[in-house]
Amino acid sequence: MKRWLGHLRAGDWLAMLVAAAAVAASLPLGWQAGTAQLAVVKRDGAVLAELPLDRPRRLQVQGAIGATVIEVQPGRARVAADPGTHQYCVRQGWLVRPNAIAICAPSHVSLQLKGREGGYDSLNY
Amino acid sequence: MTPSTTEAEVRLAITADDRRIARHAAAAIVLAIAEAAIPTPLPGVKPGLANIVVLIVLQRHGWGDAAWVSLLRVFAAALLMGQLFAPGFFLSLGGALASLAALAATSRLPARLFGPVTHSLAAAFAHVGAQLLLARVWLVPHDGVFHLLPAFAAAAFVFGIVNGLVASHFLAGAATPPRDPERNAP
Repeated sequence: MKRWLGHLRAGDWLAMLVAAAAVAASLPLGWQAGTAQLAVVKRDGAVLAELPLDRPRRLQVQGAIGATVIEVQPGRARVAADPGTHQYCVRQGWLVRPNAIAICAPSHVSLQLKGREGGYDSLNY
Repeated sequence: MTPSTTEAEVRLAITADDRRIARHAAAAIVLAIAEAAIPTPLPGVKPGLANIVVLIVLQRHGWGDAAWVSLLRVFAAALLMGQLFAPGFFLSLGGALASLAALAATSRLPARLFGPVTHSLAAAFAHVGAQLLLARVWLVPHDGVFHLLPAFAAAAFVFGIVNGLVASHFLAGAATPPRDPERNAP
């Protein structure tokens, strides 16, 4: 180890420090870009509700074959209940990534997360 | 080279520079091919072992030679792996060009203070930066590619330092590669 460290010159330490800072600075960037901001609930393509992902909320919407329950918690959302046979959209669980989508086909209901893009800005907030 | 048998034979003058560059490029190509066999957790994150050769060439023979070796490596490795002019090839080429630009800049720094580790780090960061930008502009026109930035930056940090240290190790003469096999020359 000592032999390897001997190859480092004073400026190399500086370069390593700058590089480490660059890595540290990049961490929140990746994290932030990966945060969903809004849950969009649609039926037959028409937007029924847009729920900000900053506070918990439960929403019941009327689907084609019954009531579908959407649950929102800070940073995530899911379809909590749906009358569909296979329960695919329910079993998908919590959605966290922007543009992640759960589709309850029998109900014609979809739940999709949106990131910063997608018509959401601090002014409307 | 064998003596010409016909008057029309074209003879390329092969200089010592050509041989030296070809030898180093061959070493870089071998490392690039070997590295392609190493499984990686994320496509595009790899050690960049060929850059060790580029760093050594930069120190011993200057930026011009390093540029030749780096670009020959990009073309030959892509050719050998059947990736020539595939998207990955252009990412590789973009990364190599950015690295060379970074090396051109850092090689002007005082050598007393800044060694191969600095060159290696600068080249590694330039490499991933250019690749991500190229991917964003051309392949994945969505900001989602920047999710990968922390992973790529961390890889550039680790492999930049390691490659720089390995290059320093060779340059220090602790394990000098065998001298030119000049007797193979005509």
